[in-house]
Amino acid sequence: MAPFAGYDMPISYPTGAVEEHLITRRSVGLFDIDHMGQLVVSGPGADEFVSATVSATVLDMKDWDARYSLLLDGKGLVLDDLFIYKLPGRWWIVVNASNRAADLAWFEAKAKAFPKAVTIEDSSEATYMIAIQGPRAIELMDLVSDRKVSEFPRFTSGELKIDGIPVLFGRTGYTGEDGGELFFPADSAVKLWELLLARGGKAGIETKAIGLAARDSLRFEAGMPLHGHEISPSINPIEAGFKWACGLEKDFVGKAAVEAVIAAGPARKLVGLEVTGGVPREGYEVLAADSGEKIGACVAGMFCPTAKKYAANAFVLPAYAKVGTKVQIVIHGKPKEAVVVKRPLYVPAYRR
Amino acid sequence: MNIDTNARYRASHEYARKDGAEIVAGISDHAQSSLGDIVFVELPEVGKTLKQGEAFGVVESVKAASDLYMPMSGKIVAVNEDLQGDPALVNKDCYGKGWMIRFAPADPSEWNGLMDAAAYGKEAGKE
Repeated sequence: MAPFAGYDMPISYPTGAVEEHLITRRSVGLFDIDHMGQLVVSGPGADEFVSATVSATVLDMKDWDARYSLLLDGKGLVLDDLFIYKLPGRWWIVVNASNRAADLAWFEAKAKAFPKAVTIEDSSEATYMIAIQGPRAIELMDLVSDRKVSEFPRFTSGELKIDGIPVLFGRTGYTGEDGGELFFPADSAVKLWELLLARGGKAGIETKAIGLAARDSLRFEAGMPLHGHEISPSINPIEAGFKWACGLEKDFVGKAAVEAVIAAGPARKLVGLEVTGGVPREGYEVLAADSGEKIGACVAGMFCPTAKKYAANAFVLPAYAKVGTKVQIVIHGKPKEAVVVKRPLYVPAYRR
Repeated sequence: MNIDTNARYRASHEYARKDGAEIVAGISDHAQSSLGDIVFVELPEVGKTLKQGEAFGVVESVKAASDLYMPMSGKIVAVNEDLQGDPALVNKDCYGKGWMIRFAPADPSEWNGLMDAAAYGKEAGKE
């Protein structure tokens, strides 16, 4: 167990981090992610307000659609990343635990200044959140639910019941596997968690609890960012490769700054690096292979259990960002050979 | 906690076990269990001479990197090459297939300064 954003979180269960990663890739992993926050935006101005505040295009979303977005400040830097659900009459916005209070205050301040009436509520305490991920996750959900989630397209959501517990289910996730995320009343958390484990076991579907370490290696392999690493309030979306999450046809907070970066070209770029001879980690320096000059730094790095590789994400000078470029990462004081590789190391199952 | 009673230990959780005139060293079961899944082990070059307490390598778990310290002074005569392809051997069998280095001790009397199994068990039990 370890403290994380004010929560006591399991780094790994007795299964062990590497095996937990592999179980999620071959069957079903259950993730206790109640630390994630949920904000609800409603009122007559809600649609226009969400569109004006978040980076992604949202006005084309139909009820029950779910979409990834960034939250930028006026300088175009990344305050947080979000999953936005358009529900009938309200927007359900999932935020990172460590940014929840700041995001709430930010949205509230923007709402106060907004010309139309908008209500922001924090539903985080009342809501529990579990992720169910893996190639057999949907099969297990179909078994326990009163609705066939296998009929939900990727990036949509719906309401259903599991043994009487009302659940908002999004066919979303953070592992590169099919599956979904469940939002439900917090007082049913233990019951639902145990039910999913038990029903998985009974049906012969290997289902295990997965800790934070495997959650990190799963998302890393699948090329998903973790706020505070690949994106942060000192990183803009263009250098991190998130132009696709910016709806440049509309207006949003930080848009002018983002356009300025696009026009000038980013000063650095996020790349994937594969390393031989050590485990790269956050903060390690990246050097040019020829001159030995510092050209960047790692923001995350680890052993990737499915790719069976030691890899890092790093911001480097654009001249060194091309796939195949040889660089070095300083590991325990020694420069080790590394090469820029295509991201992600593991192409998400639903994109294949 | 599994403790090899034929071995002696440093407080930093490396073990040393006599094999003829040489010493085989690695990390204890307590150490591998606290580290969690081990994903990389960096070992010294054969022929290198190191003093007692000097770092001979690094063990990297999913969580963190930890230095490995020489339980006694000596010259490295072999390293476990199998750990390069399968570092998890340290988790599975730390006293056997997960051994790390074999060295010729420079001062065999240093053995007497290491903790025996009973003393180490007491020490590790406090953590």
